[in-house]
Amino acid sequence: MTDPAGTDLTREDPAVLREYYRQMALIRAFELRAAEMYTRAKIGGYCHLNLGEEATVVGLSAALRGEDYLFATYREHGYALARGADPGRVMAELFGRTDGLSRGRGGSMHLFDTDNRLLGGYGIVGGQIPLATGAAFALAYKNAPGPDAPAVMCLLGDATTNIGAFHESLNLAALWRLPAVYVIVNNQLGMGTPVDAASAEPELWKRGCSYRMPGQRVDGNDVLTVRDAARAALDRARAEHQPTLLETISYRLRGHSVVDPARYRTAEDTERLRREDPLPAFRAQLVDSGVLDDKTAVDIEADVDKAVAAAVDFADASPAPDVTTLFDHVYTNPPPGMYRGLPGDPVNGGGPA
Amino acid sequence: MTVISYRQALHDTLRAELRRDENVLLIGEEIGVFEGSYKITAGLLAEFGPRRVRDTPICEEGFTGVAIGAAMMGLRPVVEIMTINFSLLAIDQIVNNAAKLRSLSGGQVSVPLVIRTPGGGGQQLSATHSQNLEVFYAHVPGLKVVAPATPADAKGLLAAAIRDDDPVLVLENLALYNTKGEVPDGEHVAETGRAAVLKPGWDVTIVGYSRAAVIALDVARRLEGDGISAEVVDLRSLRPLDRDTVCASVRKTSRAVIVEDGWLSYGTGAEIAATIQESAFDYLDAPVRRVAAAEVPLPYAKPLELAALPDAGAITRVVREVVPR
Repeated sequence: MTDPAGTDLTREDPAVLREYYRQMALIRAFELRAAEMYTRAKIGGYCHLNLGEEATVVGLSAALRGEDYLFATYREHGYALARGADPGRVMAELFGRTDGLSRGRGGSMHLFDTDNRLLGGYGIVGGQIPLATGAAFALAYKNAPGPDAPAVMCLLGDATTNIGAFHESLNLAALWRLPAVYVIVNNQLGMGTPVDAASAEPELWKRGCSYRMPGQRVDGNDVLTVRDAARAALDRARAEHQPTLLETISYRLRGHSVVDPARYRTAEDTERLRREDPLPAFRAQLVDSGVLDDKTAVDIEADVDKAVAAAVDFADASPAPDVTTLFDHVYTNPPPGMYRGLPGDPVNGGGPA
Repeated sequence: MTVISYRQALHDTLRAELRRDENVLLIGEEIGVFEGSYKITAGLLAEFGPRRVRDTPICEEGFTGVAIGAAMMGLRPVVEIMTINFSLLAIDQIVNNAAKLRSLSGGQVSVPLVIRTPGGGGQQLSATHSQNLEVFYAHVPGLKVVAPATPADAKGLLAAAIRDDDPVLVLENLALYNTKGEVPDGEHVAETGRAAVLKPGWDVTIVGYSRAAVIALDVARRLEGDGISAEVVDLRSLRPLDRDTVCASVRKTSRAVIVEDGWLSYGTGAEIAATIQESAFDYLDAPVRRVAAAEVPLPYAKPLELAALPDAGAITRVVREVVPR
């Protein structure tokens, strides 16, 4: 794994590096605000945050092109933001409002933004992997391989590598040579279970070997390392229709979801978290190398705070969905005769009862 | 009209739809080189090639999910699940993804997917290979479930399913593949969600779908000779369910017997009976009766299997109990 401080920044466009920092800071601010809104009961259900995973989120997103497709897990707010979704519409979805990305139908775990080719966050662990494989199948059905061909990136958590859908999907992707990149976002815990307590092969990227799929483990706390590894994998997917299994190592700063106090963590873990937090590390790295001065950094931080405050205001102002829309969006072609009763309504068999 | 088998009607429809629309493709186990476990896809690999007719490894969850993902991207995959029993391996993908994606995305995503799969017992395949699990899927908003009983509907309902922008499960039946009937020539697309009166009558309504509708029709014809005039309603679709046609018939006949190959408790008959008592209570002259499978894992031994499944004898007996002499 690459030492974050060892990444060579001199070959990078400073404006691009500052943009990465801005995106990471935006995700950090957004997620802290989401946690606050959850405790204020503005957000219901489950709410999983990308805190501590900002370098991974931004690195992976930077590797994607506009024409690529992304399938995410239920820990996906940051990916929606990094793909270009409006923060107000993301927050409105968390609030369950009409202006939410999914019109208040999905909530935190199910952010869809087809304009930005985000084909969903998924609440059932691993449920997205066959779908992403199918999206790659559709791309291969329509497009020949080539340097400009679109590809699919599929995110999954470390614990997901133990389920059948993961293995069935990797087998199909390799067998049929599909333009897919599977990324294990290894934050080292599946809820409260450490990777080595759940996986007989804890070096998760090696699981691709069964499918003769190239793979790599990289430092998920280093945005450039993540980006470059993902880019290489996406290039393979485009040019050769060769899928890849990439593993990024990071650590989530908080519990599994907002309500999890993470008591399974040791004091040692917490200390390591603070030390390896990717956001201050990247900031320091940029300041040290002269890409960012303190004033610019503070300006960026103030800007993202303002953007998040605006997102909260937007979400707050957005109306809750009217109950008359309850049956909207269940079917693309709602057939005649579909029962649309509310609880307690009579079943209508036509004519007088 | 041409008389062909239910199997031939399915095959011809798949072929016609593959020719009509480049986005239609077939996915499933042994559908290509082996030509399908029940030979519905015979010859299609040779005609359309492996891009359009895709043999898969044994991985129902995987390939069903792949088809859903491909459908999200605008393809129109027709999945063959070898029998409905194996759909249990894919049920998470069907129930949690295919049925939900339109709603979860707030209308951004459509899933124009077809799952073809045969149900049915009576082939001495014993407990795990003889189940009628369609009510699992008919229970779920976001899905459509159709069940053709005749070759004409095999064509019309399958064509409608393939052209539908929502996920449709097309329930076939092992016992019907060799049955024959008149099928409209040329393009024939049925309307999803409409029941059909297969035979008019005045004394009792017999409701069924798939194989049960075929047996019900046979029973009704034979009862004519005994002076009992039975009306037969073929549901054709379990979701949506055409309650109007069922209740209109019962308002006329005042009696109802519901036949299904599935287990009795929580089954289609329960849903229909509840609908009738709520929408046609004042018209009823007798309790609504159900003829359904015995509630056991279906045994292998022929006499036990025969005893467990609804047949013409059981339907005849119950109709005679309901209709006064």
